[in-house]
Amino acid sequence: MAAEGNLSGIEIRTIPMGRITDQKTKPIHPWPLRLMHWVNALTIVMLIGSGWQIYNASPLFNFTFPETFTIGAWLGAGIAWHLAFIWLLMLNGLSYLLWGFFSGHFKQKLWPITPRAVLNDIGAALRFKLPHQSGVYNAVQRVLYLGVIFAGLTMVVSGLAIWKPVQLWIFTDLCGGYYVARYVHFTAMACIVAFLFIHVALVLTVPRVLPPMITGGKMPEVQS
Amino acid sequence: MNKLDLGRRKLLSRALALGAITTLPGCDFEDMAHPDLADRFLRTMLDFNDEMQALLFNPHTLAPTFPASMVTNPPRFNAYYDISMAPVVDPATYQLELSGQIQDKQSWTLAALRALPQEGQITRFVCVEGWRVIGQWSGVPLGYFLHRIGADTTCKYVSFKCADGYYSSIDMASALHPQTILALDFLNAPLTAPFGAPVRLRIPVKLGFKNPKSIMQLAVTNTYPGGYWEDQGYDWFSGS
Repeated sequence: MAAEGNLSGIEIRTIPMGRITDQKTKPIHPWPLRLMHWVNALTIVMLIGSGWQIYNASPLFNFTFPETFTIGAWLGAGIAWHLAFIWLLMLNGLSYLLWGFFSGHFKQKLWPITPRAVLNDIGAALRFKLPHQSGVYNAVQRVLYLGVIFAGLTMVVSGLAIWKPVQLWIFTDLCGGYYVARYVHFTAMACIVAFLFIHVALVLTVPRVLPPMITGGKMPEVQS
Repeated sequence: MNKLDLGRRKLLSRALALGAITTLPGCDFEDMAHPDLADRFLRTMLDFNDEMQALLFNPHTLAPTFPASMVTNPPRFNAYYDISMAPVVDPATYQLELSGQIQDKQSWTLAALRALPQEGQITRFVCVEGWRVIGQWSGVPLGYFLHRIGADTTCKYVSFKCADGYYSSIDMASALHPQTILALDFLNAPLTAPFGAPVRLRIPVKLGFKNPKSIMQLAVTNTYPGGYWEDQGYDWFSGS
């Protein structure tokens, strides 16, 4: 019995050892995520730039966006760029949502979020004491990522509401009518731009997080 | 046609001026006669978007209507020229000319158009620029008119030519939509010169620039007629 126990003990040890070895070669960011991230980066830049050109034709507020930062030299071109890239954005966004759900990515990385953890991590971040753990999202990241997914969905719904207020009236009604839908669209854009500023600022602060988003990187050996 | 040439020339000079200062001359529909790679990509996507919009179009979906208290008054003028340049058409001698796949191509006087059944609507006019106004128009339902003149409604396009050289065209399904009318009145009074007198298209299932004013000619055709703005890069279907 003792010998068997020892034997099985050895076996039990070797199996998880093997699994740990597997985990070492597991990338921080799997290839579908990296692909969708960079496709998204391109589409977001194109859509914001062309969106600003469209905004300038009939500004909602007392300012227009400088021509340097707009895409499409006039309204017609701005709309053409906007409506060309919207399909790529929706296709990519849908792929991301499906992949996130079925691969377990959302469940593993974005959940759970507790108010206590968020407050703790915000406090730590403000004191520059929030450590970066490769492959693990802290509570602030989880809130921001979920928030930007929600902003993206709002962007698509309000965009469809503006694009087709007659045929897609359900979306227009959901946004509070055509007039309000433009403000919803603008606000969601502003949230995404704010996210991008934070996102890029954090990458500049911790530059070692950038290469894994291109190459995939490797999960660190110690995970707990 | 003179106005159109002027528009093209203006566009060309603007393209040349911009081309001098940008690194991508000719890009972004600045010179439609010489499309570059970006222009060809955008043109492909515009065609794709037109097909998607045609698929999305439901002939039974009505544009929302509004109470009279919400009508934007005074209405907002919009054209590619100043309001003082708006064409003035003499209603007494006005004739709506018909051409293309139509059995009875006799021209229509304003009085004859007024003798046809009239329908009114208070609908939202959405401009491609993003602003919107609400107006009260009434006139002859285009679907009724097309049947009355014996138009071949299996044709793809209905096209319009205007007194100011403006031109546009719409798909047959949208032309037959119950809210598409040849408007004669605004707020129960005849249209005024800058707002499309004597006859304009009012089509709430499309963007504002697809509502041509001061229509002089109507044609039914299978040959793509394009449009003033459409030829410069706005998407042709432009449904709302």
